[in-house]
Amino acid sequence: MFRKLVLLLTLIFLTAFNANAGSDGELILKKNKPTEVKDCFETINRATFAFNQALDGILFQPVASAYRVLPSPVKTGVSNSLDNLSTLVTIPNNILQGDYKKAGVNSGRFVINTTVGILGLIDVAQHLGFPEYEKEDYGQSLATMGVGPGCYLVLPVVGPSTVRDATASVATFVGGDAWYNVTVLNDTQHFSDFDYYASRVTSGIDFRAKNYDAIENLEKNSIDFYASVKSLYLQDRQQKILNTNKIIETQDDSDWEEIETQ
Amino acid sequence: MKFRKFLLVLFSYTLILTNSYSIEPDVFVQSTVNRASNILSKNISKEDKINELKAIAKETVDIRGVGFYSLGSVRKTLDENQKIKYSELFESYFLKSFSSRLAEYTNPEIEVKGKEFLNKNYTIVNSILISTPERPEVSIDWRIYTKDPDNPLIRDLIIEGLSLARTQKEEFSSILNSNNNDINALFKTLKEFSEE
Repeated sequence: MFRKLVLLLTLIFLTAFNANAGSDGELILKKNKPTEVKDCFETINRATFAFNQALDGILFQPVASAYRVLPSPVKTGVSNSLDNLSTLVTIPNNILQGDYKKAGVNSGRFVINTTVGILGLIDVAQHLGFPEYEKEDYGQSLATMGVGPGCYLVLPVVGPSTVRDATASVATFVGGDAWYNVTVLNDTQHFSDFDYYASRVTSGIDFRAKNYDAIENLEKNSIDFYASVKSLYLQDRQQKILNTNKIIETQDDSDWEEIETQ
Repeated sequence: MKFRKFLLVLFSYTLILTNSYSIEPDVFVQSTVNRASNILSKNISKEDKINELKAIAKETVDIRGVGFYSLGSVRKTLDENQKIKYSELFESYFLKSFSSRLAEYTNPEIEVKGKEFLNKNYTIVNSILISTPERPEVSIDWRIYTKDPDNPLIRDLIIEGLSLARTQKEEFSSILNSNNNDINALFKTLKEFSEE
């Protein structure tokens, strides 16, 4: 019954967001262009954004500030462990995107780092010459299947997202994240709910600490901080979906061509 | 024979003259960041640092070009007076925003890694901001406008694949959209920011 419901929801979702199995890179690029993503809920989004900013000021910023002064090996270890846990979501998404080779590489990475790397604290795979790790999630998989982002969303605590990405994250709660399954979904007696939620909060703090100066700087020098964050988030998602960080592959240069000042 | 030699000398001389000041985009970026880095490591007040950084930005960034790019399609609707006013306001806004962003860093080490020729007008220069105990290594690409090879100019900074010019453009677009595309609203915001 539950499976049928999930299947039905998936079908409705794919139809609603105009999924196109035959989509090529150009179409995916166009659909995920930051300027194409509508801010249908701007008033609510801005209110949620203000709430998140307040929460950041009270909680995340002070904690991230303290976290930053920890010795580098500690921070690297925490970051590596979180990356290692995230491969449990990346691997199924490598498969969903048809990238079986990467799924194999990431499975190997997970096994090596969890065992030899002491629960992921040391990125042994990187030292062994594994390719650079790229995270994948269910939102990215839907995008590569041709599902458009839908409207821009700001979620409480979590932050920027899109209707597609927020909906896709539901996959975590229905078996799509092995870490969630062994901590929250099933009683494995080895892990508890606390382990999962602690890892999520630590992940948020780790991100905030790594981008501490950049976020402070951006906030101080933006004339519309909400719009800046939205733009950066959507640019980042577009890059991740296309698996590239080359600006020439994600930016339309026609505007630059028109401007002649020399 | 003599005439041929004369032509050869003349040709070589012309070549030297036309190329002697041509600056390679990667050399231009490395020299610009070295200059900025020197200022940031100087033992002078923050205000002096900001003023010196502003002077470098005026010389090396195509502020007018970045300004009109940031304006998007609205720039086509402006009359000459509005364009002049916008350019002035944008320059003040840009210099303040840019220099105060940079002044926060003390002696950032940037290493140019390579370049990618896009067309005669643009080259992307790839560099990295060396990691510190506080933050990881950051990749920074520079969009260099090379229409005049003797005077290359920076048009965009792409940090970890995220374009600052594009972000600015979307920020301006948001302000214009929430004010019925009234350019005066943007003028007011830019002025307020610069005078803060």
